[in-house]
Amino acid sequence: MTALSALAVKAAETHVPVVDPTTADGPFVLLWSIIALPLAGAAVLLLGGRATDRWGHLLGTATSVGSFAVSLVLFIALLGRDESDRQVSQHVYDWIEAGGLHIGVDLLYDPLSALFLLLITGVGSLIHVYSIGYMEHDPRRRRFFAYLNLFVAAMLMLVLSENYVGLFLGWEGVGLASYLLIGFWQHKPSAAAAAKKAFVINRVGDMGLGLAIFLLFVTFGTTSFSAISAAAPGATETTLNWIGVLLLLGACGKSAQVPLQAWLLDAMEGPTPVSALIHAATMVTAGVYLITRSNFVFELAPAAQTAVVIVATVTLLWGAIIGCAKDDIKKALAGSTMSQIGYMMLGAGLGVAGYAFAIFHLLTHGFFKANMFLGAGSVMHAMDDDVDMRHYGALQKMLPVTFLTFAMGYLAIIGFPGFSGFWSKDKIIETALVENWLVGVCALLGAGITGFYMTRLMLMTFFTEKRWAKDAHPHESPAVMTVPLVVLAALSVLGGLMLAGNWIVDWLSPVVGHAEHHEPPIPAILITLLVVAVVAAGAALAWFLVGRQDVPREAPADVSFATKAARADLYGDAINDGLVVRPGVVLVDGLVAADRSVVDGAFDGGSSFLAGTGQALRRLQTGYVRSYALSVLAGAVILVVTLVAVNL
Amino acid sequence: MDFTKPELEYAELLPLFIVFGAACVGVVLEAFLPREQRRLPQVVLSMLAVVGALVATIVVGTDLERHTGLDGSSALGLVGAEGSIVVDGPTIYLWALILVFAIGGVALFAERQLEGGVSGFTGQAAALPGTDTEREASTRGLEHTEVYPLLLFAVGGMLLFPASGDLLTMFVALEVLSLPLYLLCGLARRRRLLSQEAAMKYFLLGAFSSGFFLYGAALVYGYAGSVSFAGINEAVRAGSANHGLLLAGIALLAVGLLFKVGAAPFQAWTPDVYQGAPTAVTAFMAAGTKVAAFGALLRLLYVAFGGERWSWVPMLWVVAIASMVLGAVLAVVQNDVKRMLAYSSVAHTGFLLTGVLGVQSAGELAEGQYSSLEGVLFYLTTYGFAMIGAFAIVTLVRDAGGEATHYDRWAGLGRTSPLVAFAFAFFLLSMAGIPLTAGFIGKWAVFTSALSAGAWPVVLVAIASSIVAVAFYVRHIRLMFFTEPHPDGTGVVTQSSLLTSGTVVVCLAATLVLGVLPGPVLDLVTSTGDFIR
Repeated sequence: MTALSALAVKAAETHVPVVDPTTADGPFVLLWSIIALPLAGAAVLLLGGRATDRWGHLLGTATSVGSFAVSLVLFIALLGRDESDRQVSQHVYDWIEAGGLHIGVDLLYDPLSALFLLLITGVGSLIHVYSIGYMEHDPRRRRFFAYLNLFVAAMLMLVLSENYVGLFLGWEGVGLASYLLIGFWQHKPSAAAAAKKAFVINRVGDMGLGLAIFLLFVTFGTTSFSAISAAAPGATETTLNWIGVLLLLGACGKSAQVPLQAWLLDAMEGPTPVSALIHAATMVTAGVYLITRSNFVFELAPAAQTAVVIVATVTLLWGAIIGCAKDDIKKALAGSTMSQIGYMMLGAGLGVAGYAFAIFHLLTHGFFKANMFLGAGSVMHAMDDDVDMRHYGALQKMLPVTFLTFAMGYLAIIGFPGFSGFWSKDKIIETALVENWLVGVCALLGAGITGFYMTRLMLMTFFTEKRWAKDAHPHESPAVMTVPLVVLAALSVLGGLMLAGNWIVDWLSPVVGHAEHHEPPIPAILITLLVVAVVAAGAALAWFLVGRQDVPREAPADVSFATKAARADLYGDAINDGLVVRPGVVLVDGLVAADRSVVDGAFDGGSSFLAGTGQALRRLQTGYVRSYALSVLAGAVILVVTLVAVNL
Repeated sequence: MDFTKPELEYAELLPLFIVFGAACVGVVLEAFLPREQRRLPQVVLSMLAVVGALVATIVVGTDLERHTGLDGSSALGLVGAEGSIVVDGPTIYLWALILVFAIGGVALFAERQLEGGVSGFTGQAAALPGTDTEREASTRGLEHTEVYPLLLFAVGGMLLFPASGDLLTMFVALEVLSLPLYLLCGLARRRRLLSQEAAMKYFLLGAFSSGFFLYGAALVYGYAGSVSFAGINEAVRAGSANHGLLLAGIALLAVGLLFKVGAAPFQAWTPDVYQGAPTAVTAFMAAGTKVAAFGALLRLLYVAFGGERWSWVPMLWVVAIASMVLGAVLAVVQNDVKRMLAYSSVAHTGFLLTGVLGVQSAGELAEGQYSSLEGVLFYLTTYGFAMIGAFAIVTLVRDAGGEATHYDRWAGLGRTSPLVAFAFAFFLLSMAGIPLTAGFIGKWAVFTSALSAGAWPVVLVAIASSIVAVAFYVRHIRLMFFTEPHPDGTGVVTQSSLLTSGTVVVCLAATLVLGVLPGPVLDLVTSTGDFIR
């Protein structure tokens, strides 16, 4: 722990840039339309009903692509500006005016939100296209696209808002869309239960975010990023720590970090494009965005920052271990998502030195994880929606495009030299080692486990012998599904180019600040080699355990305790049950009993007491004027006496 | 002896002249038009008079000039009629409010469809109940159109009451507003004995309390050497030897006014009179008298005795607490709608007094906080609309014997007439102060002002009473919607003319808008500014 607190002290010395945007002009006046387009799409599809069934999916895709086009134009415009001039804000309208509370729908476009816009609309558009094929035979396809559009609009609101309340609006909006889409196949009880679980667990996180916003408002009298970033140094460290911890709680919920991680694995009940878009590439990274965006709080809140690092480290190992034991291809990928977000959170928790790498990893992860999820969807499409990898095997010949694109994603995620994940993960591990060796070693270990479970997944799916179901006839997916795969595969390979010439670090520095360069304890090249070696060891282990042996079609039951634990999501649900659900049930039972006896008793007793008093007082109402007059006289005496008594 | 012709500000006093003038014209019409031709001209005249006076009030209100009082404080308005009438921001607001309620009063008075072609007033007041003369008047379809001039005189008195600049004018206004009401209370077409008894009680007790008022005025004159509020204010601030004289004077003046607003322990007449009077009169009286009398009370206490407020605020604590507790507790055990509303009006008087005793000087108020005056004015607005609307609905629910006010007749009304039951429930919820209704904002305004003035014990009692009040309001809602109809049958909602239904709809809309979007009216209340001192 001493090492962790040393880290905390260092963070407080760094300089945090103030958010100080200029008013939108030129092409930037189009900023609002990025949100408005998919929102309009969702509105048309939901309100239009069946009338839009025939062309609904096309409209949904078009609005998303339109948003991407505008995002691209604005990005290019922003590139053309001076580094100091890259923050633009747009006031859309006054939203809430009550007393001292002024909240507008204000948008902030800066290097950070610019990257998010490209990721959300870019990957989002590809997934829209993919879904045209994937959901072709679903009778509720139009509704699916409406929800996707709703999600994209909410996510864009989340990353574009200039204040916490607008961010919260988007935050809740993506939560709603996530709920609707996880439970999209509502006829499956498991899907409905998963949606509910995700929603409930996210409420816990949302409550944290809500409290953080209240606390920000109480402390600073505003929720605007620019005002808070300017005023933050004036607040006490304790307050900022509380705000930071509450923000972290919010981030934990949305980004499936320990202890609020349990919903993500179940969320895989949703259609696969949803898993790719929402539960891998975009929404679950909102927590990383929140922490990076709130850097002006976290840089001054060392304890909160430490908490972020701890949560991230635990999660990156937690998710990776779960990923090792899952036979459901989507759940294995979900465990991996959890783990990779842990890396991002780790980067963000490391402060100025790490923010840029967190975002960098977020982007590359967005590419390769979306790629792999869509690839998994393609495999499932081929295998009649069977998700059990023990029923796959030797698919590389049957699904050549899927295999090749998936392989690109695989190489990227394990950090094969040259691929995008190599650059981004390596940077985070290096920074972690610089800041704190213990955390760094954990991150390194995580990379090794990643190598293991991804190789296992790859081998079980595409290599080893056939273990197909009897009536399985694997076939490659149509072009509308493979083209997005190819694009994402290319991005998975080339995403590392963003680090060329340290571009992404310089690009983000107006938002997250410049870090002083600290020399790692051992030369950077050695760290890189070490990471590669650890990953190779993990992959080799998988080869020996999976590739060299027969994979049983049924999962063996006589496995080690560790495997059992990992299969049970490291008992995440059991912990929730024991710590929260059962005490909650007991509490509710107690409250019901208390309500029956104490509250109802007091109420019934109170009302009969009132009625008794009323009946007694009623006798004063005799109906005789003489007694009324007497009461007036008595009243007059009381008034005089009171007045005189006060003046004695 | 020299006689100086008084200077009258005709332009600014126009609303008063319109109402009193129209009332006199109404009397003349009574004298010269044949009986069967009087109703329409009287209704039109009364309606024109109150609407015209309302327009005049708005015109006067839009260009009030700034007036600097004797103590250097400055407020919008002027002191007119040789110092006896003060037209300032609160006066204008109260005038407008009284006139709006008077429009509702005229509409309810003029309703004839409910009684099958005759008004709700007795055919011949002089005929003894149960005699052949009464039956003959009833079969001939006679009605008293004198009620319209009487109403106008009462409205005139209500307008003058809160605008009085001295104690004598205030007393005259008190009598001008009261006497027509005493008469109107005794004119019910059905249950005439009850009605006449109510009128008699109201008159006797009213006269009794007026005596207190007059005696108080004499004592205060003895102390201050002046009857004008400005003069009394000056004397109170200067201080003098006979302090006891002043204290007794304040108490006795307060008796007269607290009687009119129906505060405990001067509330005994309220249930009997509210129940006995024709419901149209009750509706108008409950809203209009309360507004006028609270206006007068505020002016008397804030302007004349503002310097002595540490003496009279504790007195109001006692009265407010007694009113809230008595009103709320007794309302619980009623089984007659009109009596329940009467006791609830006693409780509302207590809530309003909670606002009155929250008085603070401008310097003590936090930025953006509503003053007690503003809180009370807003509360009066919400209360008046809910009361008129509720009593208007009471006139609709009938059985063979006329209005069916007993709870048994209201059981199950929600099933037979859901719209009317819903409207009544909405008024009750507003009176209970449920959020999203006007009553909530009103309660919020007066409670916060009392709280910031340090009167937290009163606010605690107020909140407790509100909870008790919720019990009897909600009980009535349950009665309408969730209780099996009584074996003798549910009251029937009679089809009324547009006069009554329109009044209900307007009150409903006002209650809803004041609850959801109170901003504009709160701004209006704020812009009225303070009394001229």
